[in-house]
Amino acid sequence: MISMTTPPNQEMHEGLVADGGQDELLEIALGPHHPSTHGVFRMDVVLDGERVVKLKPVFGYLHRNHEKIAESASYLASMPYTDRLDYICSLTNNWAYALAVEKLAGLQVPERAEYIRVITAELTRLVNHTATIGFLTQEMGASGTPLMYAFREREKILDLFESLTGSRMMCNYMRFGGCRVELPAGWLEQTKKVVKDFPRFLDEYEQLLTGNEIFMARAQGVGVLKKDLAINAGITGPMLRASGVNYDIRKVDKYGIYDRFDFKIPLGEHGDVYDRYMVRMLEMRESLKILNQALRDLPQGPIMDPKAKIRGFRPKPGESYGRIEAPKGELGFYLISDGSPNPFRYRVRPPSLINLTVLEDMCRGYSIADTIVIFGTVDIVLGEVDR
Amino acid sequence: MLGEGILKGLVETARNFFGSFVSKDRLTTVQFPEERLPQPEAARNFPFLVYDGDNWQAGMRCVACQICEKECPPKCIFIEKSSDKKPDYTGKQQFYPAVFNIDVSVCMSCQICVEVCPFDAIEMDNAFELSTTDRFGGLLWNREQLAKPNSYFHKIHPATATEIDERLAAAKAKAEAKAKPGADGGASTTPQPDPPPAAN
Amino acid sequence: MTDTIDQIFVLLKHWLVAHSPVWVQPLFSSVLSAAAILVVFASLFAVTTILERKGLGRFQNRYGPNRVGPFGLLQPLADGLKSLIKEDIVPHSADGAVHMLAPVALVVAAFLGYAVLPLGRNMTAINLDAGLLYFFAAGSVVELTIFMAGWSSRNKYSLLGAMRAIAQMISYEIPLILSTITVVMAAGALSTVAIVESQFGYSGIWPHWFVFTPWGFAGFVLFMIAGIAESNRSPFDLPEGESEIIAGYFVEYSGFKFALFFLGEYIGMFAICGLAITLFLGGWTAPFSFLAWVPSYFWFFAKLLVLIAMLIWIRSTLPRLRMDQLMNFA
Repeated sequence: MISMTTPPNQEMHEGLVADGGQDELLEIALGPHHPSTHGVFRMDVVLDGERVVKLKPVFGYLHRNHEKIAESASYLASMPYTDRLDYICSLTNNWAYALAVEKLAGLQVPERAEYIRVITAELTRLVNHTATIGFLTQEMGASGTPLMYAFREREKILDLFESLTGSRMMCNYMRFGGCRVELPAGWLEQTKKVVKDFPRFLDEYEQLLTGNEIFMARAQGVGVLKKDLAINAGITGPMLRASGVNYDIRKVDKYGIYDRFDFKIPLGEHGDVYDRYMVRMLEMRESLKILNQALRDLPQGPIMDPKAKIRGFRPKPGESYGRIEAPKGELGFYLISDGSPNPFRYRVRPPSLINLTVLEDMCRGYSIADTIVIFGTVDIVLGEVDR
Repeated sequence: MLGEGILKGLVETARNFFGSFVSKDRLTTVQFPEERLPQPEAARNFPFLVYDGDNWQAGMRCVACQICEKECPPKCIFIEKSSDKKPDYTGKQQFYPAVFNIDVSVCMSCQICVEVCPFDAIEMDNAFELSTTDRFGGLLWNREQLAKPNSYFHKIHPATATEIDERLAAAKAKAEAKAKPGADGGASTTPQPDPPPAAN
Repeated sequence: MTDTIDQIFVLLKHWLVAHSPVWVQPLFSSVLSAAAILVVFASLFAVTTILERKGLGRFQNRYGPNRVGPFGLLQPLADGLKSLIKEDIVPHSADGAVHMLAPVALVVAAFLGYAVLPLGRNMTAINLDAGLLYFFAAGSVVELTIFMAGWSSRNKYSLLGAMRAIAQMISYEIPLILSTITVVMAAGALSTVAIVESQFGYSGIWPHWFVFTPWGFAGFVLFMIAGIAESNRSPFDLPEGESEIIAGYFVEYSGFKFALFFLGEYIGMFAICGLAITLFLGGWTAPFSFLAWVPSYFWFFAKLLVLIAMLIWIRSTLPRLRMDQLMNFA
């Protein structure tokens, strides 16, 4: 759990002077094996007593050559690999990639497929935010109870995914020009039931957490991220909105058919841990609103562009950048095609990695226990950070 | 009042505690392996080769076109075409796979091989208790281990299997109607016997 | 008849002592009391571990352990067996004698407090005139053993954890003791037996427990909060549950010594709950006058189980307080 064998890193200590006159700076590595980091991730922390003075994130333990593999695999073959980027939210990853390829090849997506995409993306947002908040409380020390409640609700949505796509996590559902399979019989009713029952769970969850004094004491004022730093560092997603910046790609780009839905964007004021938690809770409620509207308006029709080819897909030479508001931030795919079945360059813009760059600025001055909590609200998934 | 949030939280957990004795909603554990949840129709885990009838070699639908081998993202399928041919369900002579291996440890259950197969020969199984103690040979399945009958396919994916059967029966009927001489006009419904292989 | 059932253990002990040689009788009597306390509370520890795990499970919408024995009731046996057969790892540079002594000392010190708890009518092991003071003195020894554990491991991080644990326990001693002042003033005595006796009597069917008086209720709430902090339970379990950085002051312990630490912590928790019952909840008296025929020890253990259930409930709900917040709260 803690690496005591690494010698003090001189380069880390450079320029640091301990407070209070002691020249005893403690350097520890919150190592790759850790109960509270969301994956294999290491943080080299320099402590002065209890306060964090310097923090260096070290990642790369999960690097799987995703972008290089995509260069030698066809466009279709990369689709299952995108599932495994942010492995909790596989359907939004699929959508971002499909969007990029559709821009590249000029494919049109039929309406029914767009509605299905919105429904699955918002369900994924629910799945992700419940997991994040559950893990946040687990890191704070509530021995797993809010986590278990969150997972109980997540299971219902994962069952929906399984009956639609065949797999709970690695959905591989979007295709270039639409969706892979039609909705099975009874899926709509099941989804409507889940969406109807979800607000009650959110109310119970808020009753357990939002007014809880201990939770507030541990979350308010901790890990503040200022607005201008967030904008300069390229932060996106709930972290950015908790710092008060009104930027949501669903409203900015209006990709898909998001301009047809009526939903609000929750904004925070202080940019601390409590704001990030509240932004995620409110975003879940907005997602439920979108889901209600989409389920109500779902039209009949085809689910694939008739001109799209599954095999032998060769887009014209060009480049495209497709981005969506993934639950963790702005997930973008940059593709360069040279006319062959494989992309020439395939690049993923991972929101988790870019949100991590400000971890040190947020953690400086807080204690070690806070570092773990702050890290929990950045909401990273190592599959995305390391690709 | 100080502590009100904490008290509300305590009420919430108490509600879950007492609820777990009375409602299934608050005690969602399924005691595996004694109880099992039914898997939805669409569930997929590992591919298998479908064969019609009782003889897995004669009834296998796969014609070794090697499309699934090309499209498989992690390249876990290995196919060798046979040198002779055998009749398929419409009676036409087709190649068949002499070797068809899938590496279980490499396959990522993405289902692309099923999507691209033009002959509905490979489908996804949903059995997931596939562990073995043999780390090398036990995880490389050959065509005999992969072959499962169409009746099994009906059991796990009834709607898809029925739809495929209907499609194949229609294609077979069309092929037979074309093979008959025009004088019959398709009035006869009894299928003609297959032409002997030597005629090809 | 009810009196006989009520006093059955006392009568049994007197009978056993009477049948032993005169010169060994005082020693034998004390040994019997001590043995009874050890057996009873150690088995209560075993029962509590399984209750806690199953209770926590039910709070979290799941079964607790249910594979070992019917309803998982033999789980403590399995856990005990596991802790006995695990390899005992002692760090090379650790101070061997202190390392070995710390868990033993913890258990001994934790058990010392039970000597003054009245478990039933005439069932106090020793009726000291300053029983309350003795209890707190014995409780303070526990803090010393924790420091022994942290220091002897020769590990920077376990030392840090131990120092935090001691800081927490010492700072919560004061509210703990102060909250008992009201009871002492109301009862006019420091002896635990006298305090229970001053809570006799019923007005109608309602008992005269101190917790039903306004000052007693405030004292009870304060005492319970400080007690949870003293026994290092959630939400004050920073020294032990600090999985963020350290596994606590007993990170270097494995196998049976770890089990002893666990035992010591739970015994301390029972002792504090037992004292709360004695001071505020009327000891072994019945809650309603018409139930006075039920044996006294039954009521003591029933109240103890209720308090333990409350502690498990609090543990499952609340997140942990940070160290500085914890100290500020004190």
